[in-house]
Amino acid sequence: MVAVGLVAPLVGSAHVDYGRVLAGLSPDREILLYARVPRVLLSLLAGGALAVAGVLFQALLRDALATPYTLGISSGASLGAVLAIALGWRTVAGLPAIWAAAFLGAGVALFLVLGIATEGRRMSSFTLLLAGVTINSICLALILFLQNLANFGQSFAIVRWLMGGIEALDYSSIAWLAALVLPVCGFIFLRAREWNLLAVGEEWAMARGVSTSRLLLAGYFAGSLIAGSVTALTGPIGFVGLIVPHALRLRLGADHRLLIPCSFFTGAAFLTVCDTIARTLLAPAELPVGVITALAGGPCFIWLLRSRRRSLWL
Amino acid sequence: MSALYSLRDVGMRYDGSRVLREATLEFGAGEMVAVVGPNGAGKSTLLGIMAGLRAPYDGVCRYRDLEIRAWLRRRLAYEVSFVPQSLSLQFPFTAEQVVLMGRTPYCDGLFESPEDREAVQDAMRITDTLQFGARDFRSLSGGERQRVVLASALAQRPRALLLDEPTTFLDLKHQLSIYALLRDLCRTGLLVIAVTHDLNLAASYSDRVVLLDAGRVAADAAPAEVLTASFLRQVFGVEAEIRAGRAGKPWVLYGD
Repeated sequence: MVAVGLVAPLVGSAHVDYGRVLAGLSPDREILLYARVPRVLLSLLAGGALAVAGVLFQALLRDALATPYTLGISSGASLGAVLAIALGWRTVAGLPAIWAAAFLGAGVALFLVLGIATEGRRMSSFTLLLAGVTINSICLALILFLQNLANFGQSFAIVRWLMGGIEALDYSSIAWLAALVLPVCGFIFLRAREWNLLAVGEEWAMARGVSTSRLLLAGYFAGSLIAGSVTALTGPIGFVGLIVPHALRLRLGADHRLLIPCSFFTGAAFLTVCDTIARTLLAPAELPVGVITALAGGPCFIWLLRSRRRSLWL
Repeated sequence: MSALYSLRDVGMRYDGSRVLREATLEFGAGEMVAVVGPNGAGKSTLLGIMAGLRAPYDGVCRYRDLEIRAWLRRRLAYEVSFVPQSLSLQFPFTAEQVVLMGRTPYCDGLFESPEDREAVQDAMRITDTLQFGARDFRSLSGGERQRVVLASALAQRPRALLLDEPTTFLDLKHQLSIYALLRDLCRTGLLVIAVTHDLNLAASYSDRVVLLDAGRVAADAAPAEVLTASFLRQVFGVEAEIRAGRAGKPWVLYGD
């Protein structure tokens, strides 16, 4: 991750030279400091957070296909953010309104999806995925609807939430995101042992002295919080929370004490590499990173679905 | 014998139908109890209530004079461990990791102490599961999984062990060795309560049989008094002949 973090700012649609940056020469210095570095920082944070949220939701729901994206949380958060823009809200209690709205949107989407998919006390991953897809398309439809109502400036700001993308932001937004995401990821890591138990089963965890309802609530809250706040800055980015945990589980096994930190670092590196590809593939035009993650993640998702059918017979 | 469990008029309903009613029972340390009965008689429900997994609808279930619901989950996990009927995993935990989870109530930080590792090694040795410690739990056979889950419950070092059909998938040799192991553990003061469908195993290894019929306790006594032709006809609806087995234990022959 460190290597990716150092190399990625160098790559881009305009040529930048570290030597010239150190010498403080224009325009290299400006491009690096105000375009490349914040963008890389954002993609590191976003990738790490999305991967951790993916691992967490997979453990809570005992389903390897559960991610912020497939559960509809990302699009719920996008809808919240778009609503805030369309209504012209700026701040709520000192926080940027977009964040608060994105978090609320994430929470509502999660609540709806879980509500739809729960039959009694059981939850089938089939209905869970269908519910996620439905919420996704409803949210996207509403975003399009709002975009058409909005004026030109707002409409331009809304486009970002249709397809996830990482943009250069000011350092204060990134600091806010870091201040939110890093402690929550830390909390999730410190509870790793309990996620292990929940990943086996709720009764299993209960019989071993875990108060499951409180823990589930904390898990859903933490997951929505990080997925929502990342989405508030980037729009919905899919498949990071799917590929990264899955690949790591194949190599490292299922122990969340290992899985969570590794997911954070690998997710950070993965999204940054994807974003670097997105910036350079059609240079000087820049693609939204969601395009790259979807192209890499879609086949992985299909493969996972198919291999699961086999494992049912094990 | 001091009573660990005391149940008074315990009942349970699901969607209005009463799956367990008026169960009044006591269980003491060092007892080996078999719970038998036809499908849907309320055996698993009874065990679930005693393990604190679900609250009873009627009545009170006390463990060491304190109602199960009043126990802190973690304190109860020092005392009681529960072995589910079967366990299927979505994720690639190894058998040893599954056993290690039994130590959860004893661990505070992220990692286990040497003491925890020792308890795990012991539990895996007596259940004959050491050889597949590093294997993916999902790649094990049904019987091997059951032994791993039992090891996990034993690693918890409980005073009371509740088992829901612990030997369904086991081969003959391991059925006998697991029951012999449970009986040995009983002699050291552990309370063992096992739901089972194998009446002969119940008869030969337990000192007490609780027979459930449609949610009611139909009989609760020594094996020879419960496993009689008339009870089996009345509760299971089968004809059976009871012969004298080894050490005066009844031996059930099914069919005409």
